[in-house]
Amino acid sequence: MTTGYTAFLLLCVFIRLHFQVQKILRERFCHQKLPEKPEGVEAQHKHLLELLKRTAIHGESNSVLIVGPRGAGKTMVSLHSGLKMGLCVEMPEKKMNCIEVCLLQTDDRIALKEITRQLHLENAVGDKVFGSFAENLAFLLEALKKGDRSSSRPVLFVLDEFDLFAHHKNQTLLYNLFDVSQSAQAPVAVVGLTCRLDVLELLEKRVKSRFSHRQIHLLSSLTFSQYLERVRAQLSLPGSFPDSKFAQDWNGGIETLCEDKSVEEVLQRHFNSSTDFRSIQMLLMLCLSRVSVAKPTIKPADLLEASRLCLSDAKANMLHGLSILELCLIIAMKHLNDVYEGEPFNLQMVHNEFKKFLHRKSNSMYNFDQPVIMKAFEHLQQLELIRPVDGSSAKTQREYQLMRLMLDHSQIMEALQKYPQCPTDVKQWAMSAFG
Amino acid sequence: MTTVLQHPAYEEERLQRVAEQLPCRELQAGMLLSLMGEPQHYSYPSIFIYGHRASGKSHVMHVLLKELELPHATVSCVECISVTLLFEQVLLSFFGCDAASLLPRSPSLSDFVRVYRQQCSHSPAKETRYIVMEKAELLRDTDANLLPALLRLQELVEDNVTVILLSEIVWDKFRPNTGCFEPLVLNFPDYSKGELQQILSQDRHPSYSAEFYSSYINILLGVFYSVCRDLRELRHLAALNFSKFCEPLAEGKVKETDTHKLWRNIEPHLKRAMQTVYLREVSSLQWEQMQQMEEKETGALRGLSAHTHVELPYYSKFLLIAAYLASYNPARTDKRFFLKHHGKIRKTKFLKKNEKTSNHLLGPKPFALDRLLAIFYSVVDSRIAPTASIFSQISSLVTLQLLTQVSHDDQLDAPKYKCAVSMDFICAISRTVNFDIVKYLYDFL
Repeated sequence: MTTGYTAFLLLCVFIRLHFQVQKILRERFCHQKLPEKPEGVEAQHKHLLELLKRTAIHGESNSVLIVGPRGAGKTMVSLHSGLKMGLCVEMPEKKMNCIEVCLLQTDDRIALKEITRQLHLENAVGDKVFGSFAENLAFLLEALKKGDRSSSRPVLFVLDEFDLFAHHKNQTLLYNLFDVSQSAQAPVAVVGLTCRLDVLELLEKRVKSRFSHRQIHLLSSLTFSQYLERVRAQLSLPGSFPDSKFAQDWNGGIETLCEDKSVEEVLQRHFNSSTDFRSIQMLLMLCLSRVSVAKPTIKPADLLEASRLCLSDAKANMLHGLSILELCLIIAMKHLNDVYEGEPFNLQMVHNEFKKFLHRKSNSMYNFDQPVIMKAFEHLQQLELIRPVDGSSAKTQREYQLMRLMLDHSQIMEALQKYPQCPTDVKQWAMSAFG
Repeated sequence: MTTVLQHPAYEEERLQRVAEQLPCRELQAGMLLSLMGEPQHYSYPSIFIYGHRASGKSHVMHVLLKELELPHATVSCVECISVTLLFEQVLLSFFGCDAASLLPRSPSLSDFVRVYRQQCSHSPAKETRYIVMEKAELLRDTDANLLPALLRLQELVEDNVTVILLSEIVWDKFRPNTGCFEPLVLNFPDYSKGELQQILSQDRHPSYSAEFYSSYINILLGVFYSVCRDLRELRHLAALNFSKFCEPLAEGKVKETDTHKLWRNIEPHLKRAMQTVYLREVSSLQWEQMQQMEEKETGALRGLSAHTHVELPYYSKFLLIAAYLASYNPARTDKRFFLKHHGKIRKTKFLKKNEKTSNHLLGPKPFALDRLLAIFYSVVDSRIAPTASIFSQISSLVTLQLLTQVSHDDQLDAPKYKCAVSMDFICAISRTVNFDIVKYLYDFL
């Protein structure tokens, strides 16, 4: 009796611990919480921090671009630095204001409103709450001009998706921000984040000349062993976990998982295709979702399955669900592509090719009317497996509209292999070299 | 039902109820449930689900969110003709109508996020909130920033929210130029034939036995499965043709078990349904009426297709025939077809052609007005003067979109046209005026 009760209690504790594991790991993978300290980009982080410090302490205005691929940690680095400067301990009166503008602000007017709001100046604009763009800009510039290097609080502007701001009309906002950072007004630091290497080409001449041309590159030079280490770190439980015994067991399990040969192989494949944080997180999230109370550890098989999901070819999956008629049309298109070396085709040609196939077969299993074939063809177009050639005018009849196939040879053959109950003659037709 | 959904956060019977409503989708539902995790936890910021039409994407989402009583907003992107509607709908279902009225007129994405944050600080999410976007492919046509912003909405509003996008189109076609936050991509595979049979057999008629209905579905799938795998469409066809299937039974001619005779009776009907109802050329009401008509006047099997019933004036028909010939025959062959004494043309040279240049594959070629009229005079039996009435008939053919004008409107002296009708259509027209068009077509010599 008592043993049963203790077993039950233990189970309850176990379930609660499991709940904790899910909570911690999900927060890590899904919520993108800022880590304690930037990993892998320490040098760049230090560089940025140094720059910001000069703005904060000496009142030197600055502008800098952080360039790096998606998921390289641009936002993480800049927010980290911003946060640190915001909590600047040395001189509390020089706490930095951090203004963040991102892809939400689709034009300069909205961006300016957002900046005013974040500076808590919206009441100061006076009775005309958010008047015209010109008034607003004039007000903001006035406000920035009033300050001087020594007394006023520095402002940090973080422009996420910097390349989008270059597309705004006249690049007004960029021009003014850079202009302020050039002249001896209130100290500002402008940090632009972008994933485009050629972003400077987008800037107008007058904007470009006001920019300091300082760039920080976040190009990851991760080796595979570092990558493995990162995976391990992402999956392990922190020391602050309530039950240290459980955490130890869990971490031990992760340790053995990472040493598994097949796991290493899978990770190597992922490493070769992309090294950024988010693709790891997606993979690990899929693994984590397969963990439950009944199956409390991550097994190598889970990782294999998750990787299969991540890497599966979406178009081949879609081909799997096509009807046999639609598949036949795709094969006909493939033959046309082979014969005419990728020239665009129209429905009549495809139908003709299909008819040639039917002639060779004596049975009339697939004798469909032209309209039925047209409908199948249109379905393929709807799925964007074929696409009309640009420039072919809307005036042409639908059956003569020129199309291109958006699939390649191997995808079609792979889909054919997997296709349920594919008739042999269709398969042979697809394999044959001539239409 | 072999696998029953399991999840520690929800009661057994509730999951049971979910499983009953989702036949043949247990695997996908289970996958989604485990991804969503416990309601208090965070879920992945955005999930992208793709699969063919009627593969149960919306249905699974709807049933899961509704039965498990999770806070959610379902938005169909077809309905949201402007982003305002989209924002309002999301705010309305999360925070009530007061929040939706806080949005300014023609709100921007920035306004939406601001209002959302404001509301969220009053009532932070205790459970993950879900925004389901149906037909997400339409988001590509809206503001360029909308899709990237939605994908990382969790980060932007700092709330426990997950955006679920449903689409028929693969994710590769969504990715913007400079990339964006990658969602978790899930596939809903199509139903197999057995699964379709199982699902379709569920909505059987109460006055007939289950086996009888399932044999009917079997026949239906036999005809339509090679063309169409869309569950919704098959269901529509099944409902429409069932009364016809039961007819011999009601008359007492055959027994329920005599599937062969039933099959012989229904098969031609299904074949005809494929040519008309499946193509949506007639509505289902018209289809039923036509079937009743047919019973009255048996033997008169008319073509049901809508476009065989175009009435044109006598000369217009010839004009159209002439236009067709001009479009599909090369100009150099006109001499051979329309001159009485065309001199000697060597047959082998004339017939030298390859398939690649066949106009019935490449489409109609444009022709000048002069050529059209010359052919017109030679195909029409009687002598006609080029009067205004003839020219006005040409322009009315253009308005009927049987011809299309290729050249610009400002070229008054030599307008160019193209014939825009199909082979079947022109054959039907020429039959009414006793003109054998095939003899005059170069491609069919």
